[in-house]
Amino acid sequence: MTTTQRPDASRLANKSRIEVSIGSALEYLDLVQTLTDCITSFMAFDEDAAHWIGMSVRESVTNAIQHGNKMDQDKKVDIRFEVSPDRLDISITDQGRGFRVEDLPSPLDPENLLKPSGRGIFYIRSFMDEVEFKPLPQGGMEVHMVKKVPSN
Amino acid sequence: MKIETRKVGDVTVLDCSGKITLGEGTMAVRNSVREILKNGGMKIILNLGDVNYIDSSGIGELVSSYTTVTNGGGQLKLLNLTKKIQELLAITKLLTVFQVYNDERAAVASFS
Repeated sequence: MTTTQRPDASRLANKSRIEVSIGSALEYLDLVQTLTDCITSFMAFDEDAAHWIGMSVRESVTNAIQHGNKMDQDKKVDIRFEVSPDRLDISITDQGRGFRVEDLPSPLDPENLLKPSGRGIFYIRSFMDEVEFKPLPQGGMEVHMVKKVPSN
Repeated sequence: MKIETRKVGDVTVLDCSGKITLGEGTMAVRNSVREILKNGGMKIILNLGDVNYIDSSGIGELVSSYTTVTNGGGQLKLLNLTKKIQELLAITKLLTVFQVYNDERAAVASFS
């Protein structure tokens, strides 16, 4: 069992932005996950919240690579974290054709219960405080999600 | 992701550890379960106690393995869910689908 020391958040700027751009390959998922875990460790999230934020980012980036960019290595996925004292904003943007979130079948419907896929966005919505799906005018899709830092 | 297979009587237990995520992890579960079925194993327990990370594809693979085994005339049960796997299964109503055990002897005995 190792104990991790939370970094001294008071040394950080009030608001910081961290951006990373990756190619459409699943091999980058662990990198994005590690970066997300690192960012949440700077913030006052408990271990569970940090885990679910990491999973939500992983799911969203997986969708962007697989369904958005269709694994096209020439297309990028941009991931942007905005760290504020009271919240973490994360945007994931792909260069795909976009989709209408209201067209997605519910994984809870009896006929979908035993389907092998279709749960990722449901999980993201369950674990994040706000999730928005925005088709971009230049094409592509932006998923914007927010997790609020619990107030003491 | 590591899977070790052992037999307890006519029950095959798969001790899974590490990450069950899209790609290597989900393929490992899929291949192991299919291999057991191919060799005539009809009673399968997935021990997930040491799975420290799972994503929606991993959950999907559990469902997929379950339906493959069931359609093949066998039974697949889950053992030692972590708190996080339990939560992921619960919110997608999958705890009603799987038979879940916290005790290996009870899981093995449930087949007879």
